[in-house]
Amino acid sequence: MSATEGLNLTLKVWRQKNDKEQGKMETYQVSDISPDSSFLEMMDILNEQLIAEDNEPVAFDHDCREGICGSCSMYINGEAHGPGREITTCQLHMREFKDGETIFIEPWRAKAFPVIKDLVVDRSAFDRVMNAGGFISVNTSGNTQDANAIPIDKHDADKAFDAATCIGCGACVASCKNASAMLFVSAKVSQLSLLPQGKVEAKERVQNMVKQMDEEGFGNCSNTGACEVECPKGISLENIARMNREYLKSGIS
Amino acid sequence: MSTLDSKIPEGPIAEKWTNHKNNIRLVNPANKRSIDVIVVGTGLAGGSAAATLAELGYNVKAFCYQDSPRRAHSIAAQGGINAAKNYQGDGDSTYRLFYDTVKGGDYRSREANVYRLAEVSTNIIDQCVAQGVPFARDYGGLLDNRSFGGVQVSRTFYAKGQTGQQLLLGAYSAMSRQIGKGKITMYNRHEMMDLVMVDGKARGIIARNLVTGEIERHSAHAVVVGSGGYGNVFFLSTNAMGSNVSAGWKIHKKGAYFANPCFTQIHPTCIPQHGDQQSKLTLMSESLRNDGRIWVPAKKEDAEAIRAGKLKPTDLKEEDRDYYLERRYPSFGNLVPRDVASRAAKERCDEGFGVGTNETGEAVYLDFSSAIMRYGQEEANVKGLHNASDKEIKELGTKVVEAKYGNLFQMYEKITADNPYETPMKIYPAVHYTMGGVWVDYNLMTTIPGCYAIGEANFSDHGANRLGASALMQGLADGYFVLPYTIGDYLADDIRTGEISTDSKEFEEAEKSVKEQVDFFVNNKGKHSVDYFHKLLGKIMWNKVGMARNEKGLKEAIAEIKELREQFWKEVSVPGSADGINQELEKAGRVADFLELGELFARDALERNESCGGHFREEYKTEEGEALRDDKNFTYVAAWEYTGEPSKAKLHKEELKYENIELKTRSYK
Ligand SMILES: Cc1cc2nc3c(=O)[nH]c(=O)nc-3n(C[C@H](O)[C@H](O)[C@H](O)COP(=O)(O)OP(=O)(O)OC[C@H]3O[C@@H](n4cnc5c(N)ncnc54)[C@H](O)[C@@H]3O)c2cc1C
Ligand code: SF4
Ligand code: FES
Repeated sequence: MSATEGLNLTLKVWRQKNDKEQGKMETYQVSDISPDSSFLEMMDILNEQLIAEDNEPVAFDHDCREGICGSCSMYINGEAHGPGREITTCQLHMREFKDGETIFIEPWRAKAFPVIKDLVVDRSAFDRVMNAGGFISVNTSGNTQDANAIPIDKHDADKAFDAATCIGCGACVASCKNASAMLFVSAKVSQLSLLPQGKVEAKERVQNMVKQMDEEGFGNCSNTGACEVECPKGISLENIARMNREYLKSGIS
Repeated sequence: MSTLDSKIPEGPIAEKWTNHKNNIRLVNPANKRSIDVIVVGTGLAGGSAAATLAELGYNVKAFCYQDSPRRAHSIAAQGGINAAKNYQGDGDSTYRLFYDTVKGGDYRSREANVYRLAEVSTNIIDQCVAQGVPFARDYGGLLDNRSFGGVQVSRTFYAKGQTGQQLLLGAYSAMSRQIGKGKITMYNRHEMMDLVMVDGKARGIIARNLVTGEIERHSAHAVVVGSGGYGNVFFLSTNAMGSNVSAGWKIHKKGAYFANPCFTQIHPTCIPQHGDQQSKLTLMSESLRNDGRIWVPAKKEDAEAIRAGKLKPTDLKEEDRDYYLERRYPSFGNLVPRDVASRAAKERCDEGFGVGTNETGEAVYLDFSSAIMRYGQEEANVKGLHNASDKEIKELGTKVVEAKYGNLFQMYEKITADNPYETPMKIYPAVHYTMGGVWVDYNLMTTIPGCYAIGEANFSDHGANRLGASALMQGLADGYFVLPYTIGDYLADDIRTGEISTDSKEFEEAEKSVKEQVDFFVNNKGKHSVDYFHKLLGKIMWNKVGMARNEKGLKEAIAEIKELREQFWKEVSVPGSADGINQELEKAGRVADFLELGELFARDALERNESCGGHFREEYKTEEGEALRDDKNFTYVAAWEYTGEPSKAKLHKEELKYENIELKTRSYK
């Protein structure tokens, strides 16, 4: 790949000092970016450049850089995690961009996810929804029954797994015009309600999680499906339908 | 001279843990309510420990530097978790898992700890299934298994290539339940900056709130460190960007011995480095070696032509390929342990057979074409397609491989823009895991009373080399099934202590020194960024303390790291202020500690005049180039006591006794 030319780019980046002050877009230039670099490596180069000029680097969340921790969270050219399907920002590579292009980089925007600095937002609302019911009430004593005591239909197990792959990144919320968290919440509700171990407290779970979701200020779901399109893990809208059924069922006791 | 007491219980190995549990002191439920425990880290180890301690009734304060406990680095583990369930009926047992782990670790781990690990491994799987962890299942609805390197049974449980994610989310859900109940207070985006000791005991920590910048005091009756491994001392590794040694290093400086720092695992199957702008390396799970065959061209001219882009790997005929692992190790083949596979790859590349198109030329192939055809043929037979064409067989086989490894193949393609179903993957070894860590006794307590270390942060179970799928097992064993009980024995003395006040001179002093360091960084008008130093440190480590080490290189490394550290403290530049989010400031503190650890690491490697596991000293090898152990002189754990300068640390030896397994030359031929 060494023969490929480096990219020269204009970056428009959201800068905001903290959760109180107003932010604005700033313009930066970066040059000679290898097309094999990841988007976040490009951000590292920008930051090194800012530090060398004695300016503050751009704050952004990231950790695993392989699409699994759910930390990275940039809104790039009007799309959560940028162009490309089923990837996170850290999996986006510069070969997706053209030399001379201008790239817009913003934080997630949602009432329930306040910006705390530059591209960093506070997603603790997701944790609170999980604390309200995203679990099976079993103690970690090790005195449970043998793992193979209850066979689970492979089809259900696979569906539960697919729902369980949600990385809690919040792209669904950021992409939704109502900032709804339905895809995220329904993924957990589905995973647990598809498994025999999770059925026991299915009613309380869905009620408690939905209640907390509403209290956090997430919007309503109006079925536009934008969340599914932008979700890096391909979490399906089917989960929302399943959660709605669970929720209805839980009312008719 | 040794002050080390490993506290291994008496009795036959199979009864030690049960007897110990029956004899240690307990804290009754009412008293647990007045006892606080700090847990630093929410990975598999810290997360499972926090949840279990809270269920038992203790008040837990948990800390992580990410914005949510669910993002701890354990989330990235791909391949699987071992357990001696013997569901496949292939002769597995607690003893066999114990044996494989001790042998895999090249006879440098503590027998009693490893046996306990094997013993509780089966509970982990039961526990996780009860929590709703969606492990892979077969069509009969039962749990499926796969094989990992260094063993000849199928005992690895998995959830596609996201096993760590699913296990961590299980632990996170157990934590969430306790957070909801108010039994765990969760401190997200908080970094432990120092340990506070009162009257010789661990009684709290100083933490920095990474959002407000505030330096906070937190007290407890015991402090548990589950802060993960220190592979990022090499700058480039498969670890998360924020993975660090600081929590472990801070307790080391307060009196916890640091054991076997030089035992580091270089994983054989990672995506090769693309260039200088690289920030981290990506692992391709070891599970791929179940079906992938590793090779390089048999002729140097072919390798040269490939590197020059004039030849494609698929152009090479079978007889022109060198499946060097199958050639050198016929009985384990592609499933030799990691250290062996990594060194073999380096050997081929050093000899000029590498196929990388990057500057170094360092890469070997991991090829799925035979697996695709083999599975395709099986599928065709099952479907009764007796005259299937090669193309049809390939299509069927591709589907099987996709079902097994789809997400890994996809990840590879996203990073490299190559399609691994059509052309072999290119891989090369990278730093992955650290077997060394804080020294702990059988109860997982460090040499500081009341301070514990669990998970990758401690040293105890993997000796000089860890087998695949054993880190997840150890993290969860420590957190769910070991620490929560052994800690009771210590805390039984604290039932009348009452809350530990943070209004003491010990807390004040610790806070003051943390503040001084933070102020130093933001006020130092240096000329280089933190990464500048981190990258230089990484280069020294990789070149002189990496896959092959020798006396001369190690001595140079010690001197160079020392020099680099001095330069760092003069010339580092940290823009911004101490209040509020400042990611450069966070990195500065971590790199400062890596610059000390690196020196001790090299010293430890220099001291160990033998080759074992991941530690390969060029002076000590057999004629065939295999590692040459020296059991007479080095069957010990090197536990280092901090004395002011890292390479002047004082060595304490814990002799390792093998009463149940005979020490043998490890052979995978
Ligand atoms: C890519 C990859 C794949 C792997 N695959 C496998 C596999 O298939 N099977 C297997 O068995 N093992 C695997 N491993 C190894 C295994 O994942 C790790 O060893 C294990 O998850 C470590 O768990 P832990 O709980 O000890 O630490 P971690 O999960 O690293 O957690 C560390 C925690 O400590 C916190 N922390 C760190 N420092 C501080 C501080 N100063 N203050 C506050 N908090 C702090 C972090 O926030 C985090 O919560 C893999 C590792 C990698 C890198
Ligand atoms: S549902 Fe998808 S987009 Fe939403 S948090 Fe989960 S992974 Fe992210
Ligand atoms: S950094 Fe972990 S998902 Fe992007």
